[in-house]
Amino acid sequence: MDFTYTETQDMIRDTLSRFLADTYDFETRQKFIDSDSGRDPAIWTALAQELGMLGAPFAEEHGGLGGGALENAIIMEELGKVLGIEPYLPTVVIAGGALKAVGGAQADAMIPEIIAGNAIIAFAYAEPQGRYDLANLKTNAKKDGAGYLLNGHKSVVYTAPWATHLLVTARTGGAQRDADGVSLFLIDAKLPGIVRRDYPTVDGSRASEIYFENVAIPGDALLGGEGAGLPLIEQVVDEATVAVCAEATGVMQKLHEGTLEYTQQRKQFGVPIAKFQVLQHRMVDMFMEVEQARSMTIMGTLKLGQPANERMAAVSACKAKVARGANFVGQNAIQTHGGIGITQELAIGHYFKRATMIEGQFGSADHHMERYERITLAD
Amino acid sequence: MDMEFSPEELAFQKEVRDFIAENYPAELRGKQDEGDELAKEDFLAWHKVLYKKGWVAPAWPVEYGGTGWTPTQRFIFSEETARADCIRLMPFGLAMVGPVIYTFGTPEQKAQFLPRILSGEDWWCQGYSEPGAGSDLASLRTTAVPDGDDYIVNGQKTWTTMAQHADWGFFLVRTDKEAKQQEGISFLLIDMKSPGITVRPIITLGGEHEVNEVWLEDVRVPQSQRVHEENKGWTCAKFLLAHERTGIAGVAASKRGVEKVKAIARTELDGDKPLLANAFFKRKLAELEVDLTALEFTELRSLAGPNAGRGPGPESSLLKIKGSEIQQRLTELTLEAVGHYGAPYFRGFGESDNEHPIGPDYAHRAAPTYFNMRKTTIYGGSNEIQRNIIAKMVLGL
Repeated sequence: MDFTYTETQDMIRDTLSRFLADTYDFETRQKFIDSDSGRDPAIWTALAQELGMLGAPFAEEHGGLGGGALENAIIMEELGKVLGIEPYLPTVVIAGGALKAVGGAQADAMIPEIIAGNAIIAFAYAEPQGRYDLANLKTNAKKDGAGYLLNGHKSVVYTAPWATHLLVTARTGGAQRDADGVSLFLIDAKLPGIVRRDYPTVDGSRASEIYFENVAIPGDALLGGEGAGLPLIEQVVDEATVAVCAEATGVMQKLHEGTLEYTQQRKQFGVPIAKFQVLQHRMVDMFMEVEQARSMTIMGTLKLGQPANERMAAVSACKAKVARGANFVGQNAIQTHGGIGITQELAIGHYFKRATMIEGQFGSADHHMERYERITLAD
Repeated sequence: MDMEFSPEELAFQKEVRDFIAENYPAELRGKQDEGDELAKEDFLAWHKVLYKKGWVAPAWPVEYGGTGWTPTQRFIFSEETARADCIRLMPFGLAMVGPVIYTFGTPEQKAQFLPRILSGEDWWCQGYSEPGAGSDLASLRTTAVPDGDDYIVNGQKTWTTMAQHADWGFFLVRTDKEAKQQEGISFLLIDMKSPGITVRPIITLGGEHEVNEVWLEDVRVPQSQRVHEENKGWTCAKFLLAHERTGIAGVAASKRGVEKVKAIARTELDGDKPLLANAFFKRKLAELEVDLTALEFTELRSLAGPNAGRGPGPESSLLKIKGSEIQQRLTELTLEAVGHYGAPYFRGFGESDNEHPIGPDYAHRAAPTYFNMRKTTIYGGSNEIQRNIIAKMVLGL
């Protein structure tokens, strides 16, 4: 048993945090998220080519650093600290994770493209009626010669406006909520028949509603077995959920630190408000939530390789705890800042917005508590 | 970073498990299963088994009788003892005064006291709190005035756990009234049979006699029984508080507690289904389990993380706060789970009619334990004091 990081892992963290300190200060970030494209593509290129960061979780034979989920967590946490909107989660963690799991020619072709920074992949899985149920799919892919014809509507696909590829869940058989009949496809984002409505998100990113209208996709776009994709999707979403929890720990740490700093500057009744015990205890409670979020993220990350039931219980425990913690730390950061906390002016409010979106990402606390109970507390 | 045990650690786990299975006192097991209250002899029974094996003080340095185990081995040991539902040994000698003596004591003090703590020959109690000094411990007023080679001690201590059984007590006393509060305190080891000591019981909400008032009236204590320098007792107290807090997370025992609640909730009926099928009860239990996992991994990070071996720091206050809250929630869920049979009060008349038992065994101690465990967020530095410690020592406020 060992809870220390390797030298390489420490190096990844140090390199990335130095790079982000130079490139991702709050004002710079606000400028590019308000620009037409909503991003600065040079940062992604630098992450790939100067830092080699996008290869962190991939095998060396694909040109990666030979890491895995722990490296993803380190990178996501650092991105969280700067409110990074870089598409690391969908591209590297999710699509990269799926490609690693299926292996073969598809992995050989795409992983080097991800590592080089050439591919940005958005994960189109949610649907208006599906809430957090990964199998509740109306989007369908019908056999059509050697390929498929794709039809359906995907909701709130983060980073889709920037994507070169889409990772799409679709039904190739079964009824709308069946576990069987779910398939996973990796397709070119510019195929004819793909209609996008792009919009900004409240947490500074960009997303799209995506409509597939008789999109002809090639047969080799299918990742894994036809109709047997759900276990793979669940696994990849679990990996993504833990990665988002790692991001949350970075966000929560900043919310906490920002609050500590502010309360030591802000004076009322003639003293810095940090002198008031009621606020001190509140900030201690925030500290404890940050520490527990960190502990749960490590727990969840270390259990990703366990058999499915154990993995799912661990990830759900992790997400439920982190979601509640993010809610508590975010709301109390704003409350402690007072009026200035609810303006766009300070970074703190923007961290709060990201923390709030993370709460629901890949399932709310309630959703995950229910999944946890199903696995561990059967009567 | 990994959570796997090495082959050696797995072998150690088996060794511990087998040892407990073969050596845990059968009579003690019986009393626990019946939900009986435990006496001094019960605690000593398991203490002596561990002492004979050399496992009674895993955290102590080897030279003083520790095991030399790695943090992981100690983790395994506490997991296994909790899994087997072994009682927790009294902390006052092993976890509290022992480490103070081997850290700050003279060679004579070490030779006199440490072996008898290990063997269980001496039962210790802690003389800290006073009627006027609870959370504000440093305001204590019990005095020790030099008289030749001795001190003459006068004052009153309270909440002194198990003082009725104690052979020795470690006391914080004021030796300099002029100095700033923390700087005028000394740490004394006092023979509880000394003339002038009176122990009076305080009965707590569950009906237990655990804690006492201790009156000290012109008690003569050799100065050679002062640990560390005169007026440096606060250093020992702070050291000890940090030690006291690390074990206080109680993760392994709470894990066992969760399993017990689950078993009760599978047995108790709610309508035509087990209580565990009740969505509200189930959610509370699940939340508790999740919070316990968070506590466990927070403790593991401090045991086997980058700061391992640095000793308990102020962040151990987090373990105390969350650990005690979880212990309380467990007793609350247990009491809720047993339903009507939380009410019968067995103290004083016991239960001797086996043909007409009053409720299930697991219900007998549910309410007294719930009442009793309110202490966990009060003792060892109340949870509010722990928050003050984190605010000051960790957050720098």
